[in-house]
Amino acid sequence: MPTKHYLTSVSAVLIMAAANTIYADDGYDAPASWPAPTQEHLMGMGLFDRLEYSVPDQGQDAIVWDFQGWYGGDVNRVYLKSEGENVQGDGEDAEFESLEFLYSRLIADFWELQGGMGYQGGVFSDDHAERTYGVVGLQGVMPYGIETDVAIQVSDDGDVAASFEGEYDVRLTQQLYLQPRTEIAVAASEVEAFGVGEGLNSVRAGLRLGYEVTRRFAPYVGAYWKKEYGDTADFSRASGDSSEDTGMVAGVKLMF
Amino acid sequence: MTRSNIITHPLSRRQVLKGGVALGVGSAAAMGLSPAWSNPWGHTNAYAKGVEEGPEVSLAIRRESLPINGKEARPISINHTSPGPMIRLKEGQDAVLRVTNLLDEPTSIHWHGLILPPGMDGVPGVSFAGIAPGETFTYRFPVRQNGTYWYHSHSGVQEQLGHAGPLIIDAAEREPFRYDREHVLLLTDWTFEDPMSVFRNLKTMEGYYNFQERTIADLFADMRQNGLADTVEMRSMWAKMRMSSRDIADVTGSTYTYLINGHSPEENWNALFKPGEHVRLRVINGSAMSYFDVRIPGLKMTVVAADGQPVQPVPVDEFRIGVAETYDVLVSPEDDQAYTIFAESMDRSGYARATLAPRLGMQAEIPERRQIADRGMEAMSVHMDGMDHSNMQGMDHSNMQDMDHSNMQGMDHSDMDGMAGEQRKTRENGMLAAGEAQPGSRYGQAGIGIAPDERRVLVYRDLKAFTPWPDRREPGRELELHLTGNMERYMWSFDGKKFSEVTGPIHFEKDERLRLILINDTMMEHPIHLHGMWMELENGQGELIPRKHTLNVKPGERVSALITADAEGSWAFHCHLLYHMDAGMFRVVRVS
Repeated sequence: MPTKHYLTSVSAVLIMAAANTIYADDGYDAPASWPAPTQEHLMGMGLFDRLEYSVPDQGQDAIVWDFQGWYGGDVNRVYLKSEGENVQGDGEDAEFESLEFLYSRLIADFWELQGGMGYQGGVFSDDHAERTYGVVGLQGVMPYGIETDVAIQVSDDGDVAASFEGEYDVRLTQQLYLQPRTEIAVAASEVEAFGVGEGLNSVRAGLRLGYEVTRRFAPYVGAYWKKEYGDTADFSRASGDSSEDTGMVAGVKLMF
Repeated sequence: MTRSNIITHPLSRRQVLKGGVALGVGSAAAMGLSPAWSNPWGHTNAYAKGVEEGPEVSLAIRRESLPINGKEARPISINHTSPGPMIRLKEGQDAVLRVTNLLDEPTSIHWHGLILPPGMDGVPGVSFAGIAPGETFTYRFPVRQNGTYWYHSHSGVQEQLGHAGPLIIDAAEREPFRYDREHVLLLTDWTFEDPMSVFRNLKTMEGYYNFQERTIADLFADMRQNGLADTVEMRSMWAKMRMSSRDIADVTGSTYTYLINGHSPEENWNALFKPGEHVRLRVINGSAMSYFDVRIPGLKMTVVAADGQPVQPVPVDEFRIGVAETYDVLVSPEDDQAYTIFAESMDRSGYARATLAPRLGMQAEIPERRQIADRGMEAMSVHMDGMDHSNMQGMDHSNMQDMDHSNMQGMDHSDMDGMAGEQRKTRENGMLAAGEAQPGSRYGQAGIGIAPDERRVLVYRDLKAFTPWPDRREPGRELELHLTGNMERYMWSFDGKKFSEVTGPIHFEKDERLRLILINDTMMEHPIHLHGMWMELENGQGELIPRKHTLNVKPGERVSALITADAEGSWAFHCHLLYHMDAGMFRVVRVS
């Protein structure tokens, strides 16, 4: 798929750009053959914030993922982010709601400005409508410790949409945590193929109770509520889905 | 090895002449080659890991399998022990230290606290190129001081693997205190994890090792104790700052096994004494990341030296030792009983333990650990003084004026330097007179987690030299450095710039006398170490201020030191928390 090649090359360039800005000289008169007294380290991590089985009251069961990984230094990083689902029993392949390659730069103590390319569509097949988009976002921690990800997407057809995600961990014990989270999606224009209406599209709110077996592995259970609005809701109803639903989830948070 | 230690040890010789032959004397030589635990006398007089007597010493650095706390581990060893052997030099000697690197990566040894030529300081990239695998580097320098010091690798994070050991220099002249026996207590923090993965964990997840975070239960407990309004105000202030008031240690007992002379609390290393003896304990914090609070329940300790330099005696029940600091204390156990040497980590997540006993195999009660403390307003006092608010994002300072300070744990306002009403000597140019404590310093406080009045705890203000140091000049200028960081990203720096981001060294004019002012803008303690020159800590003792190689700067604190820039060359200057240094809290000082 040409889109994926394009994304790969963009990310390669971004990695090189990030790596080149890492080193600077201290300027004291040490011979050039001497090593630097401290080393900058490039590193990376991957996090399935949610990898869960979702059982809605009305819709069909689905496997849902919310992944992000990064590689780089303190200031410049490249990100791979993806959210998607595989609806069970619909005969269709898994779908990327988003698959994004981003360059990220730390612009304030708690905030990263991110920009790059995204893809929406089928994971392996052409079961789902596809589009690519440019994305600019701000990821960070708001006062009171609310983890936030706000982004604006402009699709290859010029359609503009925006999303907000926020989550917060309430520590019940050293291992047990309660995590409320919310997602809000809005769009500036209607895109019927993706079931997107103009204005406020949807609001999702969830609550998960997790247990950190280790810092890297936390099984959880939870519940969510979602509601679609305006034309978005109409598109859903037209295709036989409900515009408001609740459900239960069970999954794991994985970090590596 | 039949050579006796008695001949080369002036204090032992005195004891011999007095006829008071202590049972441990002479055992050090026997310990040199055989493991300490196979020698019945091995626990006395000296360090358990073997002794290398100067002036000529050869050290071989290896990575090998050695048990730690009874478990298989792969530390870096020095002459087959980890931590390394004690190196014993004598003031006035010309030391020749041959270090052979048998690792598969470069290494180095830095002689911590020693005043020596810049090429012998052992910092790769600043003093020399480092020691390549298979190579031997010979350090040669005149020994012009005495006291308790230590040595460690200055390459990467090797120090975390046990690449460290004590360095004791016997005095040429009589020291201002007497003792019958001495023990070295080297405190270290061992992890079975790979040090680089510890670093990665710190970098990728804030609070990775903190299993003492505040929970809902703490919130309710605070509400009961302090009332709803105060609790909400306090918690919302921390929440707005997006910081944890329980962030006392980055790496904790959840991964660390705290060791004394390489032995875990369960292994319980023994230090022997005879009732009635005066015992000198040379306590060295050779850990990578851990501050300790040291006490010996049932014994008063008299602090007689700090960072190797003699101080006027201070009787205490407990002292806090920052990373890389050393303290010498005298104890005089009268009774035929065991005493626990208890070194509790500052965040209370663990402890190191040894036993001071008249016979091998004894033990005494282990005290209960204290609860972790929450940081309070004291961490923000710099900001309260109106000095630099720019780094305090999201903080509403107007809230702070009407906060009730009375419930702040561990905070004694009567000790608060820089509060209204204190008079300080100033000079015509507006600078404080030499030896005066800076406004914003908290030399009267031991720090977080120590309840005032519970017992007598050493504070920096207690440290007082016997005689003024040689350079009596007033400082010609002041140099201010902020200790800065971004906890979320685990970035640490001076003046907001990591080592990789600065464009040049800090310049000291050769032979100038200057005042270095350190302002801690972060919420953590930082032990700041200057190589090559002493820092005379301006703790308010005027002419008799102590001199140190490592200064603990508490959160929000402003401290100062006088420096005589007499050591031409390039020197390292850094935070001695290993992962802070590696994250960029490092500068080069150029004296020219």
